[in-house]
Amino acid sequence: MIRNIAILLVFQLAGETLARGAAMSVPGPVIGLGALFLTLLAVPGLAERMRDTADGLLAHLSLLFVPAGVGVTAHLATFADAGLALAAALVGSTVLAILAGVGAFVLTARLTGARRDE
Amino acid sequence: MNDPFKLWSYLAQEPLLWLTVTLAAYVIADWISARMGEHPLANPVLIAILIIAAVLGVSATPYETYFEGAQFVHFMLGPATVALAVPLHANLGRVKRSLAPMAVALLAGSLTAMLSALGIAYALGVRGEALLSLAPKSATAPVALGVSEAIGGEPTLTAVLVILTGITGAIVATPLLNALSVKDWRARGFAVGVAAHGIGTAHAFRINSTAGAFSGIGMGLNAILTAILAPLVMTLFG
Repeated sequence: MIRNIAILLVFQLAGETLARGAAMSVPGPVIGLGALFLTLLAVPGLAERMRDTADGLLAHLSLLFVPAGVGVTAHLATFADAGLALAAALVGSTVLAILAGVGAFVLTARLTGARRDE
Repeated sequence: MNDPFKLWSYLAQEPLLWLTVTLAAYVIADWISARMGEHPLANPVLIAILIIAAVLGVSATPYETYFEGAQFVHFMLGPATVALAVPLHANLGRVKRSLAPMAVALLAGSLTAMLSALGIAYALGVRGEALLSLAPKSATAPVALGVSEAIGGEPTLTAVLVILTGITGAIVATPLLNALSVKDWRARGFAVGVAAHGIGTAHAFRINSTAGAFSGIGMGLNAILTAILAPLVMTLFG
């Protein structure tokens, strides 16, 4: 497990270094994600060995959002100011994005005849 | 340290207290959510945030002090983002089989999320930093924070908007898609992952494992696409 966490940190660090060094707008962890994905394609055995650690970390993904979410207490002024507009934007855009995504997926699957899973 | 006020002022400054409060609040929130039959409104992230916000309010603790302790949990978002490569790789076969629908749905969902959020907020008079902070809100937190910083938003405000987006997606997805009787779990999961990142994915996994896998893929791909598109889209509103 420690080795797997070390691998994740090495890829994050490499991504972070590249993102800062080359002043890219893609965040470091995403570059790390891409680099690890390419590495797993090259070394499929590594994916099997990392699976438990990855599953364990991702199973508790919700928890990791809590500290940032509590930040709402530091932005009460903004929400008092523009709370309704921001709420309308969040709810409206989330509903529209889900509809657009589902519609585009179903339509394209039908047109290309991409066969159904399971 | 017999004086309870001295004891409190010591503990309140130490990371240990707020780290413990964060984990304890999440355990309680998870328990409440399970007790309510995992009703969409009983979202564990939302409940945990409300519990902690109440504790901070009662103890008059500033967010900065809280974050000194909670940062250890927050830090794990980075490695968790990198770890998304593992399920993405495990679902490679499925990804290859539905490459075209995923590509079109990714572009449609990602652009719709960004443009409609900015459009609605702009029409209702939101300008400046708050508007910039809104652009990357459908991407997963570590990505959204990085993008927000890069385009001139306020990362901590973006973090809140990201989490509220995720909670909104987790609450509306199932009733909305059932009402439209969408039967394809790949489509349902993928769209939710693109629109509502990790919190949507956590919800999708609870409903159906295929939906969960595709939601994770949608989240990962939208993280990358948002990082590329947000700076371009902001030039439209800049």
